[in-house]
Amino acid sequence: MYRYDKYDQAMVDTRVEEFRDQTRRRLDGKLTEDQFKPLRLKNGLYLQLHAYMLRVAIPYGTLNSAQLRTLADIARRYDRGYGHFTTRQNIQYNWIKLEEAPDLLADLAKVEMHAIQTSGESIRNISSDQYAGAAADELIDPRPWCEMLRQMTTFMPEFSYLPRKFKIAVIASAEDRAALRWHDFALRIIRNAEGEIGFQVFAGGGMGRTPFIAYRIREFLPTQHIFSYLQAVLRVWNRHARRDNIHKQRMKILVHDLGQEEFTRQVEEAFAHFVSLGEDFPQAEYDRIAAYFAPPPFEQGLGENIDLSDPAFAAWVKQQVVAHKAPGYAIANISLKPVGGIPGDISAEQMEVVADLAKRYSFDELRATHAQNLVLPHVRKRDLYAVWQALVAAGLADANLDLISDIIACPGLDYCSLANARSIPVAQKIAERFADPARQADIGELKIKVSGCINACGHHHAGNIGILGVDRKGSESYQLLLGGSGDEDTTQAKIAGPGFDEAGIVDAIERAVEHYRAIRNQDERFIDTYRRVGMDGFKEAIYG
Amino acid sequence: MRILTGNDLRTGAVVWWTGTYWSLHVEDAIDVTGEEDRIAPREEAARRVNGPYAIEAELRDGNPRPAHIKDRVRALGPTVRPDLTLKPADPAAGSWVI
Repeated sequence: MYRYDKYDQAMVDTRVEEFRDQTRRRLDGKLTEDQFKPLRLKNGLYLQLHAYMLRVAIPYGTLNSAQLRTLADIARRYDRGYGHFTTRQNIQYNWIKLEEAPDLLADLAKVEMHAIQTSGESIRNISSDQYAGAAADELIDPRPWCEMLRQMTTFMPEFSYLPRKFKIAVIASAEDRAALRWHDFALRIIRNAEGEIGFQVFAGGGMGRTPFIAYRIREFLPTQHIFSYLQAVLRVWNRHARRDNIHKQRMKILVHDLGQEEFTRQVEEAFAHFVSLGEDFPQAEYDRIAAYFAPPPFEQGLGENIDLSDPAFAAWVKQQVVAHKAPGYAIANISLKPVGGIPGDISAEQMEVVADLAKRYSFDELRATHAQNLVLPHVRKRDLYAVWQALVAAGLADANLDLISDIIACPGLDYCSLANARSIPVAQKIAERFADPARQADIGELKIKVSGCINACGHHHAGNIGILGVDRKGSESYQLLLGGSGDEDTTQAKIAGPGFDEAGIVDAIERAVEHYRAIRNQDERFIDTYRRVGMDGFKEAIYG
Repeated sequence: MRILTGNDLRTGAVVWWTGTYWSLHVEDAIDVTGEEDRIAPREEAARRVNGPYAIEAELRDGNPRPAHIKDRVRALGPTVRPDLTLKPADPAAGSWVI
């Protein structure tokens, strides 16, 4: 993984001291809240319902064990013993004190971490495939490009005061595990007919109040021009963006107002200008960055056999373990979705267990996923049983990846000042209703996503079943959506009909699921059945 | 009745105006109807509170209960972590929010 050089470290350390001074001036009354708020937000510090909340960046979801141990230490020292992994592969803490935030950031900097650009009108944490560098189906490791983009865009003045936040994702496989087309700007690394590596480019996606799936705006972009191309996209957006209307500032609004053809034309025009400046990075710079992501020294001659004589272990392997590119290795997913638990939450003690496992069994590497789980990317198959036993002891061995209880949920009204309704209790009640592992297995892949407001941090637009919490005259109400996907077959979920209260939404989902079980064809997933029969095929079952 | 709330500047903790100081407990809040525009700027300028605002509340069993669920969650703490609320030992605390 990428390691800071002296310039990176100096920048982050300087930023910490700058924020320490800003915080001191706020506490001394030299800065008003109006003056201080944009400064703290640029360092990931929000003010939420119960306290300050700090969102820490995990670039493209990659962590090492020392970093996770520090995150555990922060949970204990500055928070209340836990953290929450987000849908942007980040982690956030809910109980931070302003007066302690600079010390916390200093602790993060010691392990090459920060909270810069996790808020505000900036380029947010660049997300990627949680299996990057390990997946059997990837073309190349996409993370060097994520890191290149991160370095190109961090602190760049033109990208520091954007009209609104801007989200980027990069993947390198046909299977989309990063919700690519729900991003403002997204790259899929492909090989063209001539055998060259380049980017398929998508733009204008996003969730929130006005959901759009990104258009494909370029079939093949030579890799060496990515900086010029990104500059061109941002220049067009900066030129036209509706800075007068907060609801129309996201780039997706511009892209869809101009239309795919006109937006692309303007981008290509700007792109020609930027290419002519000759400011794209030299190949040597890519090579320098890519060297940090060289594959670990995989052991040769390992066997493929896994002893599955323990039924509970076999069930975990079946659901949580996926194919690795190196013979004898596997990718192990760690569920942060225990039945009745809070999606994405993890205690300091559990973080330390996972850090130990990463150190001992996964070349000191782990990943956070946008589905709020963790991954040990490089585990020898012969070590899987030992890993599983440690996870069982830590309460982290649920076998529910992509099943009905593997629910994405935003913090909702339990924590978030923007939320209109609580998300977590709904996720908990659904998971409890379908707690039986055999029932979950029978239902098969079914991705439920819950948001507590229209900002859609819980990705309800991309849920096979989406749930949106709304405020109905002071009471919580939940809209049910069906048919969304964040996978390579991206689709936007549609509202099924009138909303429900908290108990009613769980019953409605059970009716939808049972209807699916009754009408599905063999090996047909919920989303496939929905696509075959449409909303009308489900409406009567849900509403009677 | 209208009560005044905000967050402690240093800690971010939810606080309620009692007439003389800011309390962690909504039970201590007093009716500030007509006075909120005088008290809030003064307290904020003194850095005793961050972002104060007045909300509607009703008296229930002699104690103020915020009218909106968001402020009731603020008053109690996260309903999904009763161990972290201000009344971790009170089994009825969660239903007070709803």
